[in-house]
Amino acid sequence: MSVLVNKDSKIVVQGFTGNEGTFHATQMIEYGTNVIGGVTPGKGGTTHLDKPVFNTVADAVKHAGANVSIIFVPPSFAADAIMEAAEAGIGLVVCITEGIPTKDMITVKEYLRGKNTRLVGPNCPGVITPEEAKVGIMPGFVFKKGTIGIVSKSGTLTYEAADQVVKAGMGISTAIGIGGDPIIGTTTLEAVQLFMNDPATEGIIMIGEIGGSLEAEAARWIKENNRKPVVGFIAGQTAPPGRRMGHAGAIIGGAEDTAAAKMKIMAECGITVVDSPAVIGQTMAKVLGKVMA
Amino acid sequence: MNIHEYQGKSILKSFGVAIQEGIVADTPEQAVAAAKELTAQTGTSWWVVKAQIHAGGRGKGGGVKLAKSLDDVHEKASAIIGMQLVTPQTGPQGKKVNKVLVAQDVYYPGPSKTAEFYMSVLMNRQTGRNIIMYSTEGGMDIEEVAAKTPHLIFKEEIDPAVGLQPFQTRKIAFNLGLSGNAFKEMTRFVASLYKAYDTIDASMFEINPVLKTSDDKVIAVDAKVNFDENALYRHPDYAAMRDITEEDPTEVEAGEHNLNYVKLDGNVGCMVNGAGLAMATMDIIKLAGGDPANFLDVGGTANAARVEQAFRIILKDLNVKAILVNIFGGIVRCDRVAQGIVDAYKSIGEIPVPIIVRLQGTNAQEAKKIIDESGLKVFSAIQLKEAADLVAQVLKK
Repeated sequence: MSVLVNKDSKIVVQGFTGNEGTFHATQMIEYGTNVIGGVTPGKGGTTHLDKPVFNTVADAVKHAGANVSIIFVPPSFAADAIMEAAEAGIGLVVCITEGIPTKDMITVKEYLRGKNTRLVGPNCPGVITPEEAKVGIMPGFVFKKGTIGIVSKSGTLTYEAADQVVKAGMGISTAIGIGGDPIIGTTTLEAVQLFMNDPATEGIIMIGEIGGSLEAEAARWIKENNRKPVVGFIAGQTAPPGRRMGHAGAIIGGAEDTAAAKMKIMAECGITVVDSPAVIGQTMAKVLGKVMA
Repeated sequence: MNIHEYQGKSILKSFGVAIQEGIVADTPEQAVAAAKELTAQTGTSWWVVKAQIHAGGRGKGGGVKLAKSLDDVHEKASAIIGMQLVTPQTGPQGKKVNKVLVAQDVYYPGPSKTAEFYMSVLMNRQTGRNIIMYSTEGGMDIEEVAAKTPHLIFKEEIDPAVGLQPFQTRKIAFNLGLSGNAFKEMTRFVASLYKAYDTIDASMFEINPVLKTSDDKVIAVDAKVNFDENALYRHPDYAAMRDITEEDPTEVEAGEHNLNYVKLDGNVGCMVNGAGLAMATMDIIKLAGGDPANFLDVGGTANAARVEQAFRIILKDLNVKAILVNIFGGIVRCDRVAQGIVDAYKSIGEIPVPIIVRLQGTNAQEAKKIIDESGLKVFSAIQLKEAADLVAQVLKK
């Protein structure tokens, strides 16, 4: 078991023939992900990486049964790509693209309301279920199969956490990079809920950062509904207010969205919060009562 | 991206938002000419000389002065232009004033009392929708109003499917206690303000104060306008309003090399791939007993040229006593990054501070070997914990 993606997921790559799309689609296929083909408007009917290219996402659904999409198109076209995938009935859309205007994402969020499409991202590393499907840009070898679910706003910090989990003798059920933009699809809370309901996930690692209130929302839900141990880390304890730290959403706007405020709420809600990102893995092992490998 | 008050006001005006009129000046002589021109245009008999810097609280620091004669304009402008203006938002070193805005006096006497309001437009991250936030308590620090009298702050959310509706602008005008002509003026003000926000891809508008004049006009006396940088490609004319003299020169230089760098006050520099890991690395420095000197995300391609450029940027900060390089090599191979570091080091020559390099991921062992055998004064680590311990060790010396 796992969440969001598995070996049966049929993945279509939007922006398939571009540089980014080609590079990462190749890596995904090498990992063993079931990539059924891609979409590049105007190149329908051709093949790329030995897979069919379609003009529209709807064609990829109709002719190849695509049910998951990953988006590598440039920021100015990305919002349109997300909506096209939703309109075609794709159940899970993973948007890797960084730099989409906020106004476009307001439109996307409104468009997705009431539709049966889950968006992950944008500005995220994607989703991986080890040994089954890599729908993202993460280095696959870091993620060994296991029982820890990871939800994170950051790319490399997710790899760091996964690496520590593996070094501590455990593995990952699924890792979800939700992205660092001010408006994203799947929230920390929604990812946590997926893991709570996943029988294959024993423990959850929740990695957040300064800005917004996603971690606090998730923590409050965890307090009421917790059935599994959760280890949390918030990046940006030393970040100054009012300055954007790389991610468009990583900016302290008030007293409520500092790292300290979030860590306090998380701890009060029963999450094991670590100060140092160097001890995420070993802390998870400890709370699960596992011996370090 | 931030812009100056005078630029923000010119944008608002172009969307039909009523503003306190003004003319920008670089010298006291230009300020006097601006004052004459302004009187010809608006009939104002007094003028306000306002420092143009990218920070709020200018009045508190002496950057906003009323002038009652042309000589007075010259005197006030002479005092403000070139001053190092310190406000609650500039930090103790303050900011140098290069320009002033000579503005009309809008607090003239008239049939009714003047009133100051607060109004901002921004995106509510919890709902993913824009909101107009407003208050009867204008001219004050809004954080203070929120803390002391939260019931005086109102919020109006805009449904993206239909945009701002007239009933919403009326609700705002009612809540601000307006009637008659001032009421009508306010509904028009709000509608044009939101139109401007939505059209120009702003990330924040803050108008404090919005003034109801003694003759029942509603105008923006100040204008803080921030842009969504992801959308600037759609607005080259607004992008050109950027004033790099307002920014940290090292940050500007880093930006030219596509390095995401934010200067901080600490003593340990860092170079990291990925924004989240970069913030986490800053936290590690703090936990190890240091203080981060910067945020720096080198991005996905940490090759020799980028690494060298990043070192040069970090070393411009003379407070830096050590540098922590933290790269999680996923798609990029650690041995390549290690070679890049060695090449960069040799190209720069002597780097006067100890460097701790932590490379984890693809080919991490080979990378460590390259660093260890380079003969350079570089400490290497693979685990994040080891790197943190090395930082602590170096700082103790």
